[in-house]
This record gives sequence, C-alpha cells and structure tokens, in this order.
Amino acid sequence: MSIFEYNGSALVAMVGKNCFAIASDRRLGVQLQTVATDFQRIFKIHGKLFIGLSGLASDAQTLYQRLVFRHKLYELREERDMKPETFASLVSAILYEKRFGPYFIQPVIAGLGDEDKPFICTMDSIGAKELAKDFVVAGTASESLYGACESMFKPDMEAEELFETISQALLSSVDRDCLSGWGGHVYLVTPTEVTERILKGRMD
Amino acid sequence: MESVFGLVGKDFAIVVADSSAVHSILVHKTNEDKIMLLDSHKIMGASGETGDRAQFTEYIQKNVALYQFRNGIPLTTAATANFTRGELATALRKNPYQVNIILAGYDKETGPSLYYIDYIASLHKLEKAAFGYGSYFALSMMDRHYHRDMTVEEAIELVDKCIVEIRSRLVVAPPNFVIKIVDKEGAREYAWRQSIKDGSVLEA
Repeated sequence: MSIFEYNGSALVAMVGKNCFAIASDRRLGVQLQTVATDFQRIFKIHGKLFIGLSGLASDAQTLYQRLVFRHKLYELREERDMKPETFASLVSAILYEKRFGPYFIQPVIAGLGDEDKPFICTMDSIGAKELAKDFVVAGTASESLYGACESMFKPDMEAEELFETISQALLSSVDRDCLSGWGGHVYLVTPTEVTERILKGRMD
Repeated sequence: MESVFGLVGKDFAIVVADSSAVHSILVHKTNEDKIMLLDSHKIMGASGETGDRAQFTEYIQKNVALYQFRNGIPLTTAATANFTRGELATALRKNPYQVNIILAGYDKETGPSLYYIDYIASLHKLEKAAFGYGSYFALSMMDRHYHRDMTVEEAIELVDKCIVEIRSRLVVAPPNFVIKIVDKEGAREYAWRQSIKDGSVLEA
C-alpha cells in the first residue's frame, strides 16, 4: 500500500457565484483499521482562506503547523491577511523545499481573493500547482470524486445549491472508497459568512 | 505483539498495557511495566520497539518535569501530547522512534483526556484507543460496550472484557496486564491482571 493511502482521505473544493465550498471526509485510519471518525482535515488560515490536507495525517499536522506559523509571521509584517494566490505559492515553495524527501501530502487550497473572487487550487506532493475554475479534488477517493464532480458541477451556483452539490459529490464518492468516509465536513464560505456543516453518510 | 489500550470515563482515564517483554520467541519477563507516570496527573502507555519505548518515554517524562521546574506550573495533557508528537515528528525523517503511545491525563480545568499518538507522529484526541494486535479485539469490545461517563467499576468491567478477548482469541496472547488510572487524585497503578506469575513455574 502506498504511503499516501496509509491514513485514507477525501477532499474536494468547488467554486460558486462569489462563494466557494471545501469539503472533506472524517475518517482517520491505519490501513484497514479505523481509528477515529471525527478527524479534521480542513484548516482555517484566515477568515477567507482554507486549506485541506490529504495524505499522511502526521505530515498534514506538521505542514499545517508550519503554514500557520508562516501566515502569522506574514500577518505581523504585512499587517494584512495573505491572498489565496500568494498562500498557494507559499505552500508550493514549502513542498518543493523537500523535493528529495517530500511531505506525503496533497493540499487543496480554497479562498476568496481580491474583490472576493473565489480561488481554488490543488498541488501534488512536491508543489506542482493545479489551478482550476470549477473544482479540485484530492485523496484516496480522488478518482470517484473527479467523476462525481464533473457530472454534478454547474458554473455560478448560489451558496445553498453549491452546498448540496458538493455534499452529494463527496458522499457518493467516499461510498466507493473503503479508506475514506464516516461522514463529511463541509465549509461554505461567502464574503459575509462561513458556514460549517457536518454530513451524515454511510458510517462504514 | 504488544497491546496497549485506554478509555476515558467520568472524571478519570484508564490505560491498560500487556506486561510481556519478548525477544523473538523468548519471553524475558512477564511483569514489565509499559505505562510510565509522566507526572502527578499524566500516564503514558507505550508499545513498540523495546529500547525506543523505554528511552523515549523516559525522555518525555524528564522533559515534562523540566517544564515544571522552569515554569513553576505543570504542562496540560494537550500540551504534553503535542510536545510528544513534535519529538516523534522531528525524529521521523532522521532516526524514527518505533513507539506507539496512548497518553492519558487529568487537568483541573478540562477534566480527563486521552490522546492517540502513533509511531509516525499522527496525533488525535479520542475517548477510546488501542494499539497492537490486541486492538482488533479491544476496539471492538469498546465500540460495543463503551458509553460516555462510565464509572470506574463499569470501565474496569469493560477493560476485563477486553483482556478476556485478547487472552482467548489472540494466538500469541500476552498473559499479564497492568492497569493504571488517572483522576483528580492523581495517577496511580490500579491493578494487575496476571495469569502467569514470574518464578511460580518450577519450585524444586
């Protein structure tokens, strides 16, 4: 089994009309055994920027701590929050630093940039950025997620419809992957508010 | 293979570990204490490579004491868990410690807590956790019988059920177990469950 599949994960981010949604599964496993069903994979960097980290849980925790540290320093120096595009470049640089001994992570970054324009991107474990206008996926269920998102996605969805779409795409994909699932965690972000919801899916 | 498991009850937490010290096919001793008292209100049960287990838990214990000497107040359980994870994570890509840890503690403000830290430094706060081949039996027993706010008697009954399962269903089952408890009175040894006593086999 690959080290990226050791803990199991599923992540997806989608763009809507002046809003975005980022969702993850909740399982923490050790290969075939499930250890926890409330594991947090999506982290807030600031009010309008979220990062999801799929792959090895230990590296996700280490990388999250490093990124929070870098962002806090940036905030102190620049006296403002980082733009999502800048943050994506930061994550890419930090991952490429470890080019010959990488973090076993695939991040999904989602944020509202200038004029609250939604921004999403993903990258591989050594920082190759993949910008998208519609949706990005990561994790052990990524193949199912690509299919589900491609068929369910429509451009310019409003917040509630975007929430429905991303939730259905996530739940149907993780149901086909034994290493991810045990519910879902969805963050819906508009310029004015952030809504966090827990989904109940097949608990297996 | 070593079994360690633990659970959180009402105002207390329990950690149980087997007590066999094994090298290949030889059992060196059957009363090895694998649960270290870190300070007055924290216990750390560890399983894995014998040398790493003994050295690493002692290292954490001494650093917890050092913090208290320097700062005049004890570390919280959460801080200890994060410190332990940090040490494991730093060593991971240089000279990894092959130790799996269940850390339990009682804090005045937040009550009892239990942390699962595996050898690749994944940290998660849980109410029930287990490591080793015994985990397949202990986790299933706990999934069935555990509920929030168990009394000490109920928890020990559950622990004994888990021990009975491990003894009867695991092919190389460890015969003896040690149970330690931590509550507002402090951390202490609660009981041993012995089916083989050292030195009782041959009496000339």
